[in-house]
Amino acid sequence: MRREPARTFSDLLPLLFPAAVLVVFFVIPFGIMVAVSFFRRQQGGFYTVDFVVANYERFLTPFFGSVLGFSLFLAMAVAVCCVVVALPFTSFLSGCSRRVQVVWLVGILAILSLSEVIIGFAWSTLFSRTAGIGNLLAALGLMEAPKALLPGFGAVLTGMIYQALPFTILLLYPSLMRLDPSLLEAARTLGASPLRGFVSVVVPALRHTIAATLIMVFVFALGSYLLPQILGRPQHWTLSVLITDQAIYQSNMPFAAAMAVFLVLISLALVGLVLLVGGRREAA
Amino acid sequence: MTVTWLRRCYMALVAFFLAAPLAVVAGVSVNEKKTLLFPPRGFSLEWYTAIFTEPEWRGALIASLGLAALSAALAVIVALPLSWFFWRRVAPWARVFQVLGVAPFMLPPVITALGFLSFWATGGFYGAPWTAVISHAIFFVTLPLVTISLGFSSIDRSLVEAAATMGADDRTVFRTVVAPLIAPYMVSGFAFAFVLSLNEYIVAYMTVGFTMETLPVKIFNALRYGYTPTMASVSIFFVAIAVLAVGLVARYGDLPKLMGAWTGEER
Repeated sequence: MRREPARTFSDLLPLLFPAAVLVVFFVIPFGIMVAVSFFRRQQGGFYTVDFVVANYERFLTPFFGSVLGFSLFLAMAVAVCCVVVALPFTSFLSGCSRRVQVVWLVGILAILSLSEVIIGFAWSTLFSRTAGIGNLLAALGLMEAPKALLPGFGAVLTGMIYQALPFTILLLYPSLMRLDPSLLEAARTLGASPLRGFVSVVVPALRHTIAATLIMVFVFALGSYLLPQILGRPQHWTLSVLITDQAIYQSNMPFAAAMAVFLVLISLALVGLVLLVGGRREAA
Repeated sequence: MTVTWLRRCYMALVAFFLAAPLAVVAGVSVNEKKTLLFPPRGFSLEWYTAIFTEPEWRGALIASLGLAALSAALAVIVALPLSWFFWRRVAPWARVFQVLGVAPFMLPPVITALGFLSFWATGGFYGAPWTAVISHAIFFVTLPLVTISLGFSSIDRSLVEAAATMGADDRTVFRTVVAPLIAPYMVSGFAFAFVLSLNEYIVAYMTVGFTMETLPVKIFNALRYGYTPTMASVSIFFVAIAVLAVGLVARYGDLPKLMGAWTGEER
């Protein structure tokens, strides 16, 4: 049975339900959020209908500038660290037997699906004074007395790398699986060391994948909303944390919505960039 | 040989990094007293039974399981006709719905959460438990959409043509040929959506956070008031559920192939 164009109305019937659900429960909420970003804040309630740009004007304050700058910097640091760690790892993984790969994939997917709350709690335990690596360092004599390693930038960065690493591995996995192993073998036969072969053959062959992965992990890390809160100090809060905070604790929905619209635009621009990179790869 | 050895070392290091926090939480969860100590002092499974015996944890667990089961089922119900349509019909304009199905998963979660908060608040349903079911179903519809689409693309079209030549209409073809072939993919999609919904925090918090506590919300609220060992046991319990669900998908499906579909590169 070949694919046929939809001709009659009844051909379109199966589409009706999912399309309606997606429009009503995704497009409309999204639209309302954009509208709310122009509304006026109402103390004690959600908002009053209005058209003001005051919520967007607050982007020009130094406070917002510093939060935005920090969010972008943090997401970039996470993306670079993750790709640097994941690239050799995924390359080794793709060389393993299928059985080993499946075991790894199960573990990686299980960690990827873990709640940010659980990841945050696990790392706060690991960095705590009484149950953490401080004890280990003290026992080894590297630290005088066990002390807590959080809150701090290092803790936030580590937690977020932990959260994003499984995602990075899964993004790189299909490309590395398809990479022709004879490329690396040829480099080895011609006398290149394994490291040299990896850097001069595998990395260039995958440059578009690597660029796309960097961007996708960057967007993923931008979305982290709890780890900076659990593992960091207020100066380590990111845009996502600030949006949650404004919406829930300050009950300033309009400002939260304006920041969310801003975050959508950044994310969409970056995802668009990925598609562009992907498109060029297909053309090449 | 040193190269193989170095590879193994590197993979072991990554494994250690991924496992360390969970191992420490597992250790902490069996402390005999209500302390945050590692290595644990004494051994007790009391905190695991507490998940089921303490009313507030049990309530949160039941809320989470109900939410996850219902929303994952709804996500599959939405994704199935959509992927069937793309498989059966040529309609380039309908791709917009595919983009809509993937978008919630690609964007930072806080955005979808805030969208739902504005939507339900405007509609006057803010806080009703069923709003969380719909919100999670939309948020995770991507997963069954990707797995079921992959299922359809792996169906040998000559099978379907044979059935059609023998006089089966669309409905009969679906029931007798298509449905059995894509059933494992539906189960995979359901399992992924279920596990992610179970673990999801921000959408659940922004839609029903003040009326219903799911487990991640409960853990976070408890975390703000200090430490209780039940957090550790619940976390390990959740890790076990995730491993079990993904393990089942791996057992009955093709995980490496599913992961190829994940990034949409194998189409």
